[in-house]
Amino acid sequence: MRAQKRKRLITEIVAFIIAIIVLIPFFLVIINSAKSSADIVTSPIAIPANWGQMLENMKNVINNQNFSYWSSFGSSLIITVVSLALLTVTSSMAAWVLCRNKTRWSNFIFMMFVSAMVIPFQVVMLPLLSTFRGISDFTGVQMLSSYKGIIFAYLGFGGAMSVFILHGFIKNIPYELEEAALIDGCTPERTFFNIIFPLLKPVQVTILILNGLWIWNDFLLPSLMLGLNGRIKTLPVAVTSFVGSYVKQWDLILTAAFLAMIPIIILFLFAQKQIIQGMVEGAIK
Amino acid sequence: MNKKKPAAIGLLAVGIAAAVAALYMDITKADNNFRGPLLIIGLTLLIMGIYFFPTRKHRKIINALFLLPLVFTFAVTVLIPFASGIFYSLTDWNGIDYTKFVGFSNYITMFKSMDYLYSLLITVIFTVINMIFVNIFAFSLALLCTSKLKLKGFYQAAYFLPNLIGGIVLGYVWQFIFNKVLTVAIAGSDSMLTDPNLAFVAILIVSTWQYAGYIMMIYVTGLTGVPKDILEASNVDGAGAATTLFKIKMPMIANTFTVCIFLTLVNSFKQFDLNLAITNGAPARVLGDKIIQSTEFLALNIYNTAIGKNKYALGQTKAVVFFVILAIISLTQVSISKKREVEM
Repeated sequence: MRAQKRKRLITEIVAFIIAIIVLIPFFLVIINSAKSSADIVTSPIAIPANWGQMLENMKNVINNQNFSYWSSFGSSLIITVVSLALLTVTSSMAAWVLCRNKTRWSNFIFMMFVSAMVIPFQVVMLPLLSTFRGISDFTGVQMLSSYKGIIFAYLGFGGAMSVFILHGFIKNIPYELEEAALIDGCTPERTFFNIIFPLLKPVQVTILILNGLWIWNDFLLPSLMLGLNGRIKTLPVAVTSFVGSYVKQWDLILTAAFLAMIPIIILFLFAQKQIIQGMVEGAIK
Repeated sequence: MNKKKPAAIGLLAVGIAAAVAALYMDITKADNNFRGPLLIIGLTLLIMGIYFFPTRKHRKIINALFLLPLVFTFAVTVLIPFASGIFYSLTDWNGIDYTKFVGFSNYITMFKSMDYLYSLLITVIFTVINMIFVNIFAFSLALLCTSKLKLKGFYQAAYFLPNLIGGIVLGYVWQFIFNKVLTVAIAGSDSMLTDPNLAFVAILIVSTWQYAGYIMMIYVTGLTGVPKDILEASNVDGAGAATTLFKIKMPMIANTFTVCIFLTLVNSFKQFDLNLAITNGAPARVLGDKIIQSTEFLALNIYNTAIGKNKYALGQTKAVVFFVILAIISLTQVSISKKREVEM
């Protein structure tokens, strides 16, 4: 009995030490964003003497032209929220049609979505820019460095995986449910929106989390489509252009990194369980 | 039903008229910013007209309309760029247009260039080592998190946390740690990022640190799915912890191993954000009589070739090969896991 107790204590201590090690980088960010640039260079591990410096640094960074925190945060938020909303609705609709119609065409489209999941972003990124430029020339609708362009792109890139996950889920919803509605005179579009769509909620949460984290943290697509110093900037792009113009000003860079981390950490504290579960389920499916 | 018909025809007519007008403006190069919105309005009206048009094939129309948004965006952002990308790799494309068809000469240039072969080599080495590291750490952490602990929730959240923050931001933070913190902590030492081999190790450390928590959660899910009565039975039969682990738990979650190995394999191969933010390819290394970026993985190499050096056709060619390698990895992995499923 005593041996077991000791074993449990040891595992507890080991787990705790690992947690501390994993969290050290976050800790370093916090303490160093409360120091002046001279203090960081001489004593990066020391606890800051004056925590008031943190507010000072934050003020400097938030008001900085290259970072423009609030507007970058706003852009990130708009892009993520609108992409997610559209993605959820359109991929649910597409997955429902593809699942309930067993024709050659629906099979073909579904297989196309599935096989496209192997395509890495790098292979489409350069032609995508020229395709978007072509669309802008042809229709006059600005696709590059605009919200509609990047949201459109996220819809295309997030669609394949979302349809795949939703398809697997819809398969398990009994078809009798829809049949009954159709017999009662319900139109197919109402059957979908009133009966199927609400049933999809659990799997839609997974899709929201998987795509949401990816879109929020994405760097390559916004940096190419919006430009590093464009009018619209997402947070990762803003951090990069900030670092690019204040090389080695670690007090400012770390404060910027800290500010960029805050939103997602706050979100994580509130929805820990859903986020972890959503990401894991998305990976397994 | 019939009352709807005139309205639907009206919508259709206006929609077609608007779309045609927009296209006409485009062909005649009329300098009018209105043509874009006009085209979109026209197409929207057209779709509404089709939707309201009373016919027995309503269900088919709904199907097509439901598929349209996603299939359209998918075609424009993935299919068309993918197809044209393969085509561009055979031309002297400069990012905007191309003047001539050059056949496979881009591919030949690519395989002859030292920097590309080097990138390919270190990416493969990185992928293999990273895959092993992440899975070993993740599985150990998962075993830790599924044993009886008081602060289990806290530990899981802490290990998972790095995964939530984007690679770019984390990369800068770690660049600071390697350049400033570690050099002060180990007084007088040089930064790891100035030595080609150590810089590679540095990226490996950060990558494992970031990704292990996520993979751990998948293993945790697998391990908690192992039926309790089997574990109890093995305990009664006198199996030790090691025997239970190797003879029962690990075979039972073979599927989870497949998923995790696949995820780490593909993600390590695609590593870009951390690579860019921590080293951006530096430091330089001399290989033969050439100077090469020592930590430039494939994804970064593609990016630097196209965006940095403005060689779009060559960058696109590298990307196509990148795709082929990834596709082979994925297909092999899928076929192996399929075989295993049949056996089970």
